[in-house]
Amino acid sequence: MTTLLRPRLLGVLLIAIAFLVAPMLVSGQPYLLRIVTTAAIYAIAAYGLNIILGLTGQLSLAHGAFFGVGAYIVGLATTDHDWSFWTAFGVAILATTVLGYASGLIALRTQGAYFAIFTMALGFLIFIIIIRWESVTHAHSGVSGIKLPESIGPLDFSDPVVLYYLVILFLAGAAYMTHAILHSNAGRSLVAIRTSEDLAKSIGVNVGVSKQLAYTASAGFAGLAGGLFATLNGFIGADSASIDLTFQFLLFLLIGGMGTVMGPVVGSVLVAFLFELLQGLESYRFIVLGPIIVLLVIFAPRGIVGYLNDFLTSRRSRRASPPPSGGPDGRNGGADGRSGSGPDQGTAPDRPHATSAAAATSEGGL
Amino acid sequence: MTLFIQQLINGLALGGIYCLAAIGLTLVFGVLGFPNLAHGALFMVGGYVTYTLLVDVGLPYVVAIVCAALILAVIGVVFERLIFHPLRHAPHTHHMIATVGVMFFLISLVQEIWGTGFLRMESPFDGRMTVAGAQISTQRIIIVITAMVVLIALTLFLKRSVHGQSIEAIEQDRTGAALVGINANVVSMMTFAVSFALVAISAGLVAPIQLLSPGMGESLSLIVFAIIILGGLGSLPGAIIGGFFIAMAEVMASTYISVGAGQAAVFIVLMAVLAIKPTGIFGTVVQR
Repeated sequence: MTTLLRPRLLGVLLIAIAFLVAPMLVSGQPYLLRIVTTAAIYAIAAYGLNIILGLTGQLSLAHGAFFGVGAYIVGLATTDHDWSFWTAFGVAILATTVLGYASGLIALRTQGAYFAIFTMALGFLIFIIIIRWESVTHAHSGVSGIKLPESIGPLDFSDPVVLYYLVILFLAGAAYMTHAILHSNAGRSLVAIRTSEDLAKSIGVNVGVSKQLAYTASAGFAGLAGGLFATLNGFIGADSASIDLTFQFLLFLLIGGMGTVMGPVVGSVLVAFLFELLQGLESYRFIVLGPIIVLLVIFAPRGIVGYLNDFLTSRRSRRASPPPSGGPDGRNGGADGRSGSGPDQGTAPDRPHATSAAAATSEGGL
Repeated sequence: MTLFIQQLINGLALGGIYCLAAIGLTLVFGVLGFPNLAHGALFMVGGYVTYTLLVDVGLPYVVAIVCAALILAVIGVVFERLIFHPLRHAPHTHHMIATVGVMFFLISLVQEIWGTGFLRMESPFDGRMTVAGAQISTQRIIIVITAMVVLIALTLFLKRSVHGQSIEAIEQDRTGAALVGINANVVSMMTFAVSFALVAISAGLVAPIQLLSPGMGESLSLIVFAIIILGGLGSLPGAIIGGFFIAMAEVMASTYISVGAGQAAVFIVLMAVLAIKPTGIFGTVVQR
């Protein structure tokens, strides 16, 4: 088993090491470090979206707004109300989680397209409140002078490298939580809901509670990321709560791989650098990215990590059982494999490659 | 009273615009089962195309709108073939994500071609009329009349013509429609063409009374979503009634309460409907 797991473990280790040594690689280039830090923060938010969209299959378009709420709570509390960063940060996470829970109570009464539209409306509503409630949020002038985290013992967060490691700590936590959720009963319930809500219900999954938890957690992740974003940037405007941000998270997730453990971070970092490369073409950026989103969703809906997972799984199954054990039971095989064994266990042992995109995505990569 | 009549006609004009845009959205939902999140962006494209045909090419206003509708209809067919046809077996989240990509693309394309600033389109009918003592701009009257004509034509098309009936048939039961020999591909293309043409007409009509900007689609898209949710996704009468209701609520709330209340009215209606009766008023027929 350990030998079989090695390629995945290796991949995770490589990413972890890359993040740990990144400050050394870009030392003397604060701008680059800032890009990596921002990408890591976006990745945390993308992990949140991954839980509700990637694992549970519900398209929540309020995600950018939750990010904005987290950012604004930290921003306003540390400037206008002179709270310490840590208090504000804790309150921001708590408040977005509660907001997620409360809105989930109503939003999750709806399904599919209705859920997407409801959350889109919720996102717009939050955005409108931010740009209209001028006496509190400063509307279009934004919030500036947001505090950096107060130092803890020898850790001085005014050093960008230390702040970077703080972000990485939360990022690792988000990745680990995704991994843990995926391999818990709760995670398997979510995947069952994604595959078929009716089927999940019929085998005794508590669909309501599972979706509520997933949605609440996703909002909390977004709030956490928003809080970190506010302190890193020192300035936030209403665009950090806009629906465009939701769509960016969606792009990260799509490129990295929906429903995978490493997808959000891979997607965020790749796109962050892609954005940098396209910086000269500022306005052309979305002319390129729009079609990329469309092409990805048509031809490669499983994302980079999703395809890597598939590749490893098919290689392993080929080695494990030379004569393929037959294709028709691919679906069952996938379910068994998922519940049966250790971390990053793949999908169906020998899924016929020609299955349509629908089947492919509902099976999901891990 | 004068103010009320004036606002009543404003509401009717706005309602006409909303109806045309919302019907396009609800048709696509009815036939293909997903909300086209790029609908607002297409509204914007329709407005800009009309502007170019009117100002740069120099076509007469009505001809410009008709041409813009035809161009958008072609774009609709192309989109259906290139994007939504390949996705027909994918889960609906994928369709929605694809429409997000389309939206991004269109907004930045428009910014690239026409710039990010506001454009003003002069109405050829910029006079004013007096109706029961109230001063009404002729353009609004034109909007109300055109919207009525288009709505009647559309109803006749959907209810009387074979092509229109095939759209309804697919909406009601895809398998059943296929059994009687209706080609779902053709219907999908036709639906996109009609939907995009309608949104172009509504944009062309509203452009002279509002400014054109790359952001104009975003504010519209939430309103049309509110309308079709209120009326029931996929329901044609729902879109019409919802359109006029939301427009009236918006106009009256901003006249008699405040501008902010007008904006909020849309949200409140949307959230309330989703929370209480998510299927909308007429939404029981096309549930899948």
